[in-house]
Amino acid sequence: MSWRTLGSLAWRESRSARRRLLLATSSITLGVAALVAIDSFAANVSRSVREQSRTILGGDVALGSRRGLSDTVTALLDSLEREGHVIARETAFPAMAVLPRSGATRLSQVRAVSDSFPLYGDITTEPAGRWRLLRTEAAAIVDPGLLIALDASVGDTVAIGLGRFVIAATVRDAPGVPEFAQVIGPRVFIPARYAPETQLLVFGSTSQHEAFIRTTGNPTDLARDLRARLRAEGVRVRSAEDAERGLTEAIDQLRQFVGIVGMVALLLGGLGVASGVHAFVARKIDTAAVLRCLGASSRQVLAMYVSQAAVMGVIGAAIGALLGVAVQLALPGLAAGLLPVDVTPRPEPRAILLGLGVGAWVALIFALRPLLALRHVSPLQTLRRDVDSRVLRMGRDPAGIVVTLTIIASVLGIAFARTSEPRAALAMAGGTAAAIALLMASAWLLSWLARRFVRARWPYVVRQGLSNLYRPGNQTRAVMLALGFGAFLVTTLQVVQTSVLRRFDFAAAASRANTVFFDVQEDQISGLDSLVRASGAEVLQSVPIVTMRIASVGERRAREMLADTNRAPGQGRWALRWEYRSTYRDSTTAGERVVEGEWFSATPPADGIAELSLEQDIARDLRVKVGDVIVWDVQGVEIPARVTSLREVTWARFEPNFFAVFRPGALDDAPKQFVMVGRTAGQSATATLQRAVVARYPNISSIDLSLIRETVDRIVGRVSAAIRFLAVLGLVMGIPVMLSAIAATRRERVREAVLLKTLGATRGVVARIMAAEYFALGLLGSLTGVLLATAAAWGLVHFVFELPFAAALVWPAAIVLAMTVLTVVIGMLGAREVFARTPMEALRDN
Amino acid sequence: MLEAKNLTKEFDSGGRPLLALRDVTFTISQGDFVAIVGPSGSGKTTLLGLLAGLDTPTRGDVILDGVELSRLSEDERAKLRGQKVGFMFQNFQLIPSLTALENVQVPLELAPRNGRSAAEPRARDVLARVGLGDRAHHFPTQLSGGEQQRVALARAFVNEPRILFADEPTGNLDGRTGERIIELIESLNREAGVTIVLVTHEARVANRAGRMIRLADGAVVEDVATTQGDTAGLT
Repeated sequence: MSWRTLGSLAWRESRSARRRLLLATSSITLGVAALVAIDSFAANVSRSVREQSRTILGGDVALGSRRGLSDTVTALLDSLEREGHVIARETAFPAMAVLPRSGATRLSQVRAVSDSFPLYGDITTEPAGRWRLLRTEAAAIVDPGLLIALDASVGDTVAIGLGRFVIAATVRDAPGVPEFAQVIGPRVFIPARYAPETQLLVFGSTSQHEAFIRTTGNPTDLARDLRARLRAEGVRVRSAEDAERGLTEAIDQLRQFVGIVGMVALLLGGLGVASGVHAFVARKIDTAAVLRCLGASSRQVLAMYVSQAAVMGVIGAAIGALLGVAVQLALPGLAAGLLPVDVTPRPEPRAILLGLGVGAWVALIFALRPLLALRHVSPLQTLRRDVDSRVLRMGRDPAGIVVTLTIIASVLGIAFARTSEPRAALAMAGGTAAAIALLMASAWLLSWLARRFVRARWPYVVRQGLSNLYRPGNQTRAVMLALGFGAFLVTTLQVVQTSVLRRFDFAAAASRANTVFFDVQEDQISGLDSLVRASGAEVLQSVPIVTMRIASVGERRAREMLADTNRAPGQGRWALRWEYRSTYRDSTTAGERVVEGEWFSATPPADGIAELSLEQDIARDLRVKVGDVIVWDVQGVEIPARVTSLREVTWARFEPNFFAVFRPGALDDAPKQFVMVGRTAGQSATATLQRAVVARYPNISSIDLSLIRETVDRIVGRVSAAIRFLAVLGLVMGIPVMLSAIAATRRERVREAVLLKTLGATRGVVARIMAAEYFALGLLGSLTGVLLATAAAWGLVHFVFELPFAAALVWPAAIVLAMTVLTVVIGMLGAREVFARTPMEALRDN
Repeated sequence: MLEAKNLTKEFDSGGRPLLALRDVTFTISQGDFVAIVGPSGSGKTTLLGLLAGLDTPTRGDVILDGVELSRLSEDERAKLRGQKVGFMFQNFQLIPSLTALENVQVPLELAPRNGRSAAEPRARDVLARVGLGDRAHHFPTQLSGGEQQRVALARAFVNEPRILFADEPTGNLDGRTGERIIELIESLNREAGVTIVLVTHEARVANRAGRMIRLADGAVVEDVATTQGDTAGLT
């Protein structure tokens, strides 16, 4: 037989089996979809980040400082401007926006911008084209949220400190800032030259100063040059490239994580293909034998069925790729507001081709294992059919081992194709292998336990159902893997979510505060105190804050240490550069715990040196132990202080928390501000109090914490939706694999059911036996996943989020229940043939 | 004991009705040993299926131990089989995931008589009687063809059926092994008075029966008492 004839024969012969084969190969569809979707989405985001990196940063190079730009910096910027660079400036500070008409207030982020701002990208306004009014008038362009909060409209006058601005428009779209960055408050853009009128930019106020540079030269060189010249100025220099790198890295991590999920799905799909094709092969033995009788070689027979499987694999993968593109197009909408870039979804040919290729290859290679058995079909099979079962039991076929090795090599190859970094590729392949190995091991362990557990006095249907789990050629493993993986994904996501969110709720509930006043000057504290108390609110805490930097640690100057290039990047660098807001007090708060050393004793130390307690993580970053001395630069005055204790701090609480807490006394003379935390009767009482405070002290900002909670809830809600989406995907992924597994044993199942009917079993008995089997499968499979997931979630919550683990019971139980029911339903539907056929038909069949 | 009344069975063959059985009528008494013979495609297995209630006739009826099968639902027929009917097949039809003993226990489990606790000793006993007492915990794949058929026979009479249907029970066995199976069936017929209906195309096997019904083209063409029947039974 020529190969050409073989091809057309293969096509014609596939007529009866196309649907069955496609069902088998469709197991890989969702894995392909996941890979294509995440790769395309990541490519979209990376491309957008690349295209918009200057817009995100605000310029080719940006200089930032929390202290204000010094004269040296300003002089340098002026000289750059003379050289032809374009400079834009922005000063950002929190302030109360007040609507004088009604007295309504809202904490806002004021952005005082120069005329040239923004250098890249456009800020669009509603009504359109009003941005340029900032160059000519005392106008304000605000986020729509402010108008809602103040019940104001365009044209109203808003007061910021002592300055007054006419609201000219609202911001429709401003580049570079994700929605969640607005948690503190809506943005208010005002012209920089009117900023002094607010009289809020006084010494010691909280503000961030930025200068953006557009250069005609090479931005990377300029950034390097500026970094060298401004090292002593406490100025942060960033280039668009830096901004791009940070964002791309985050996206890449997400891509790799979802990539592992996709690969595991794909490999499980591969197992589904293998079991589906196994059943297919059992049906094809007769045909193969006839073909052998007619003169086909065993290689030709194999080639014929491999080509059928390959075509169906490509179709299955193509459906997956299409699905993936559809998901990819939906993703930017889902993630909108969480990303700092506008993502334009577009098809990514590389991602699509890669997904298609990988999917078709996995389908083929997994189909190959069972198909190899067809080589052993002898022409004699046409005469004696009882050798059937022996053909399918391959034993140690060397070709089978080659295929297994190829599968392993393929996984490595795919991992390397998906990431250029060898370490990441190995980690990905390792993660995939570990996930599958763990699932397999626990599936095996659970079935072993279940088998031990069966007792002879149990009802017959239960015993018979359970014994089906161990029948020769059973599909228990495939089904349990599929179910286990689905349950694993769903439960991990759910448990992590519950743990993290519950922690957040606890933290919110633990603090009674609902209003915070900050930027309170020393001479305003007693006035504010009486104002708050007069309104009927409680003052819970009044915390002094002194800003400071580290001058030296032990004998070494911070500046030298920062210049020391031998120090690994990142290690403690930020801690050395950080502007600390420290406090002093004589007792610990509920949210912190001394873990090393001792809290300040009642008697001051004999040597008169100041004492402080450090937060443990920052102490580790600074490589500081109890007993070490840190010299602090407190706004020009150097104060040495000895570390006497290390604290563990729960940062999630709505309370002022500090890296460094001093013994009272040392900072008495330092310039300071206060944060006051209070509790009012509710939202309207807070609003009234905020009005009264801002009327008397325009510089004091205040925030209603319930507003923050609402915003955080909204963001958390969006994240939860994305998580649920992933979870549902995980569940759905298991279904085709399960269907294939069920299809694989359908023949044996129908035969056995018919036999039982012949021996006197009613359909009810047969149904109960099957229900018992699928119930056990569903229960064990989902239990496997849930147990593994709980362990994984515990690890994540404990080690990554460093939060106490909230063991959830209701959710995992619900997941196990739902998946068990699902399994029984799918299983019974898949085997409905058992009920449709009379015993006679089936007995004649074999 | 068993009565076939005008049994007719039509199959749909590509849109055209195909007459597999036409107007078959006969009566079999309690304790008879009947062989149904005929060439391939003559309707032997179809007839057996109808007699045992595995399938429903297009026309006509079967009365099994006084019960008209056409009046029963599929499940009721299954229950009747469980109580009164035993089966043997050419390809044994053991459940592969169960041991020999467990296979024999199945009918007792499906229709428990003396409580479930009695099932195992009874199955053991029957298995010993077919000479497989020492193979009770082997799986079907670990047994030879003859042994599998003996397990099937044990399963068929473990519930003390009134009637045993056997479809080519020696078809997949060599001569000596087949002979042993036939002897076991005969002793069942003789000692327990079980009615036997056996389909075969082997004259050697058919001659062991007391009565032979020959089918051709879906109709009964011969229904005779065989003389060898009694003598063969004595060997």
